[in-house]
Amino acid sequence: MTLPDPEQLLDHLYQQIKPLIQEDTALVGIYTGGVWLMERLLKRLQTELGHDILFGKLDAAMYRDDYAQRGLKTTAHPGYIPFDVNGKHIILIDDIFYTGRTTRAVMNELFDYGRPASVKLATLINRGGAQLPIRPDMVGADLPLQAHQSFDLAMNTLGRLSLSVSESDPSATKPSANSGTDAHV
Amino acid sequence: MYNPQLNAQGQLQHLLSIEGLPKRILTDILDTAENFVGVAEREVKKVPLLRGKTVCNIFFENSTRTRTTFEIAAKRLSADVLNLNVSTSSQSKGETILDTVNNLIAMHADMFVVRHQQSGAAHFIAQHVPPHISVINAGDGRHAHPTQGLLDVFTIRKYKPEMHNLRVAIVGDVLHSRVARSEIHALTTLGVPEIRVIAPRTLLPTDVEKLGVQVFHNMEQGLKDVDVVMMLRLQNERMSGALLPSSQEFFQTFGLTPERLALAKPDAIVMHPGPMNRGVEIDSAVADGKQSVILPQVTYGIAVRMAVMAILGGGNAA
Repeated sequence: MTLPDPEQLLDHLYQQIKPLIQEDTALVGIYTGGVWLMERLLKRLQTELGHDILFGKLDAAMYRDDYAQRGLKTTAHPGYIPFDVNGKHIILIDDIFYTGRTTRAVMNELFDYGRPASVKLATLINRGGAQLPIRPDMVGADLPLQAHQSFDLAMNTLGRLSLSVSESDPSATKPSANSGTDAHV
Repeated sequence: MYNPQLNAQGQLQHLLSIEGLPKRILTDILDTAENFVGVAEREVKKVPLLRGKTVCNIFFENSTRTRTTFEIAAKRLSADVLNLNVSTSSQSKGETILDTVNNLIAMHADMFVVRHQQSGAAHFIAQHVPPHISVINAGDGRHAHPTQGLLDVFTIRKYKPEMHNLRVAIVGDVLHSRVARSEIHALTTLGVPEIRVIAPRTLLPTDVEKLGVQVFHNMEQGLKDVDVVMMLRLQNERMSGALLPSSQEFFQTFGLTPERLALAKPDAIVMHPGPMNRGVEIDSAVADGKQSVILPQVTYGIAVRMAVMAILGGGNAA
């Protein structure tokens, strides 16, 4: 499979997000890849629109539905929401959309900060495989992937994104409800 | 070596003492606690990790403060909490510890927080519970109080992140203090190079040097150039015999006054596990002064206890 340039996908996502930005819009990146993308989008939006935009970061480790099976991630990040969530239009940003379980967990955490006016989801890639009634509102590309494969988004020291696909042993992959909820997929 | 605190995969199964825990586990607990500090500042001060679990505080020895901090920590993780003050209930009717514990297991408790006046009580309970149940030692005799030791090192790390470069003084009643033991083990494991204890001879255990500390009997010498001053409470209720002439005399010789604190580094922090005896081990001007981090210790104590419970409560399902 020929992989697209993630920089182009990010530009495509940018064009969809830009018209939505108002004074009460906030970008919230989901660790780890989503935070990189959020920071890139934020920088460009602030430059082109000429004003500051609210932003935050969430990890949702404490809201995951696989805690009983896997325990708590030791690499979790503290939530960072430096603005009042009440009444804001939130755009969640993640790199890869897969099962929807991460999005569910992040929304639960977000609502413990307050009651947003609306929540939208923007992801660089939708790989298919949703297990919940949750879908991204904006995507860079739809790229279906087999269950035993996963996308790896990386960022080099200059901040440039690259994309690759890794294969795990298909016989070792159980298509369970918990597969693919790790970072990342 | 068999360590009852770790399971076959080397993960934390019970928290009984800091002694014997590898640095990796201590660091995991402290890093996890960082994530819980912010929870108390949100509109909803709760996360759902222990939803549907029952945490049982079994206190064979009274301690309102410690019980309260464990109770808040468990509730902020969404657990149901049962408080048992056993000193005033079934034990006085003659029930054994194991009968008390087995009754609670029959009620489907998931985690026990145990406080007991006898050293080793939490170990004993941990050896007799089924594998899905975790035990946290909330203080046993003179032995250990691991969550207090962890919250103290968490507080130190917050204010003085360069742990490998610190000089720490522990002052006061080391003999009766399980907190001091837990602190010394935690600081040593995390690589603090210089730990001093400052106390009269009568309030030091005979083998204290074996813990790798320097012993001082004089505040003026012991406090010189330290980064952290950890005061201990004078444990009047544990004193038997004439270990001290009087609490006034103790303050004269070992009380932390502004003049003595001035001998430490100018940015040294002052800690106390509480409850404080003002005018006995610490002067009010120091306890309420700029260098005091005694109240942040309380706040961080909740986050550290949440971290311990969250680590113990997850990953158990098959």
